[in-house]
Amino acid sequence: MTTSTPPTASGTTDVVLEAEGLTKHFPVRKRGRELLSRTARSVRAVEDVSLRLRRGRVTALVGESGSGKSSVARLLAQLHLQTSGTIKLHGEEVNAKGGRKFRAYGKRVQMIFQDPFASLNPVHTVRYHLTRALKIHGRAGKTPQDLEEALHDLLTRVQLTPAERYVDKFPHELSGGQRQRVAIARALGADPEALLADEPVSMLDVSIRLGVLNLLRDLKDRLRLAILYITHDIASARYFADETYVMYAGRVVEGGDSESVTQRPAHPYTQLLIDSAPDPDRPAAEEKDGGAGEPPSLIDPPAGCRFNPRCPHAMPICTEQVPPRFDVGEGHFAACWLYKEDGA
Amino acid sequence: MSDAVLEVRDLNVDYGLGDDAVRALRDVNLTLHRGEVLGLAGESGSGKSTLAYGLTRLLPPPGVVRSGEVFYHRDGGDPVDVLRMSHAELRRFRWAETAIVFQGAMNSLNPVHRIATQLTDVIKAHDARSTRASRLDRARELLSLVGISADRLDSYPHQLSGGMRQRVMIGMALALEPKVVIMDEPTTALDVVVQRQILRRLVDLRERLGFSVVFITHDLSLLIEFSDRIAIMYGGRIVEEAASARLYRDPLHPYSQGLLNSFPALRGPKRELTGIPGSPPDLRAMPSGCAFHPRCPRATERCGVEVPVLGVPEGRVQHSDHRGRTVACLLHPVHDNGF
Repeated sequence: MTTSTPPTASGTTDVVLEAEGLTKHFPVRKRGRELLSRTARSVRAVEDVSLRLRRGRVTALVGESGSGKSSVARLLAQLHLQTSGTIKLHGEEVNAKGGRKFRAYGKRVQMIFQDPFASLNPVHTVRYHLTRALKIHGRAGKTPQDLEEALHDLLTRVQLTPAERYVDKFPHELSGGQRQRVAIARALGADPEALLADEPVSMLDVSIRLGVLNLLRDLKDRLRLAILYITHDIASARYFADETYVMYAGRVVEGGDSESVTQRPAHPYTQLLIDSAPDPDRPAAEEKDGGAGEPPSLIDPPAGCRFNPRCPHAMPICTEQVPPRFDVGEGHFAACWLYKEDGA
Repeated sequence: MSDAVLEVRDLNVDYGLGDDAVRALRDVNLTLHRGEVLGLAGESGSGKSTLAYGLTRLLPPPGVVRSGEVFYHRDGGDPVDVLRMSHAELRRFRWAETAIVFQGAMNSLNPVHRIATQLTDVIKAHDARSTRASRLDRARELLSLVGISADRLDSYPHQLSGGMRQRVMIGMALALEPKVVIMDEPTTALDVVVQRQILRRLVDLRERLGFSVVFITHDLSLLIEFSDRIAIMYGGRIVEEAASARLYRDPLHPYSQGLLNSFPALRGPKRELTGIPGSPPDLRAMPSGCAFHPRCPRATERCGVEVPVLGVPEGRVQHSDHRGRTVACLLHPVHDNGF
């Protein structure tokens, strides 16, 4: 399998998909008295998010529900249009507002959804789902044999073998893990360069989650895909992703190499997240009594750092100014005033 | 170990009748001791929720308890069989003795009633002599138990966050000071930070009020941290039961080993994990013999023929922390009088 862009030696051009200052505000419908006021309210779901997906690498985006991580995926897939900020595919700005442009973009950037029970049409067979993806993206070939071969290929690639056994099944005849594999095969039907996986395993049974993650990793290596892995489970990000970004209330608060983000978390929120994750190895005495409070409303988020009302280290500056990204070593950054160098 | 509050003996639950019935629970034996947190782990379809509904007699049709006994031990009284209670007895038993927090409990609050109404309703139903003022006092007390300020009494459910609604549900379950609280996936819909807050509070309350908890979830790593003893279910049967720390360090059943290998660790060296190949069994077409054998890496021919019996594994009885440890696997021969 080949991709349309020539491989380059230099590290920087390995970036497949890049977001810069991505922002999304969803307008809130006015009710009652608000109808008379001029100020329009909005949910600030995503604020100034910058990230890069590289070829052959998995980038994880970790956050709680409501942190805006799924909105980022939908923005990157151009299912929503951003309020501001840019998305670049191989350095070219993307403007895929509907129609032909959107379809051409979809050929290169595909998305996998959380719920394989909902993302497959219950009245159609696996064959229909995959054929449609192949035809739309012009990869069905000329003859029925070509199509059959392409179908066989796709199913083999997601380890649904023998393919003949699965191709004429309806979604209800498959288990959750098999359904998610069909959804992955459908995304691969477009022969994409980037795959946006929005909680691909959280609806699956625990014993089969790793099977699907290992499959995605295998595909990444073989097809040199750039994968965005969205999850609320930071332990699985450590296992599966090369790089990890942590989101809180619409902003990226920390990012870097997965191992250093999970082993040496710098931002107080990441520390809280890691302390809260279930961990059988944790000695009972180590239990810290932190983590009071809940994420803020995104209609009227706190000024400055959005974590400041819950932060044990909050300082006056935290409530005034939004912290920029401070480098904490080896490409690992944290958006937290604690890491501002003195005198800088 | 303290004495038993709830004893399940040879419980069999079917969905449907006659030959078409799906056998959701098969010969389940389980004992809940006073003041302990008993974890029930398993994948979807393993029968863990069916067990919770079966032992409270809340099974929705077509669920039928085919056979078995569920003994509830009252303080200083003879044990009573929950499955043979009359309607009136059952009405008194529920909530006052055994309360249940349902899966997705945060959506079980009535959206058109205030929190206060929903909290006092149950007290009114069970205690006819209570006054409005005393009920409100109790409701205030319950909210403070679960860490919610009393001014939230006049809120409607939609004004509370998911975590707060879940805590209200736990407070409601504790309203009549039950001896047993059954929690069916109480925190799966919540974020890890909130989940930990709620569980920590629950463990705290259990120590103060001295109730027992049956904690049902698919998240084994959470159970190991929060429960005293764990029973692992697969295909409608309990396949292994042990103290949590023991189960974590030394799982015997290949399914328990597989489950423990399905959770990536946050600390320590990174290792390649595989999960368990195949998919959970279809209850309508259960494999013969041990239900796990098609997915088991150590299956032998015998596993496809013989159903392993749950019992105390041989050679491990002498250790004190193996007390109450049982496993159902042909790899581990069991004593005949295991129970």
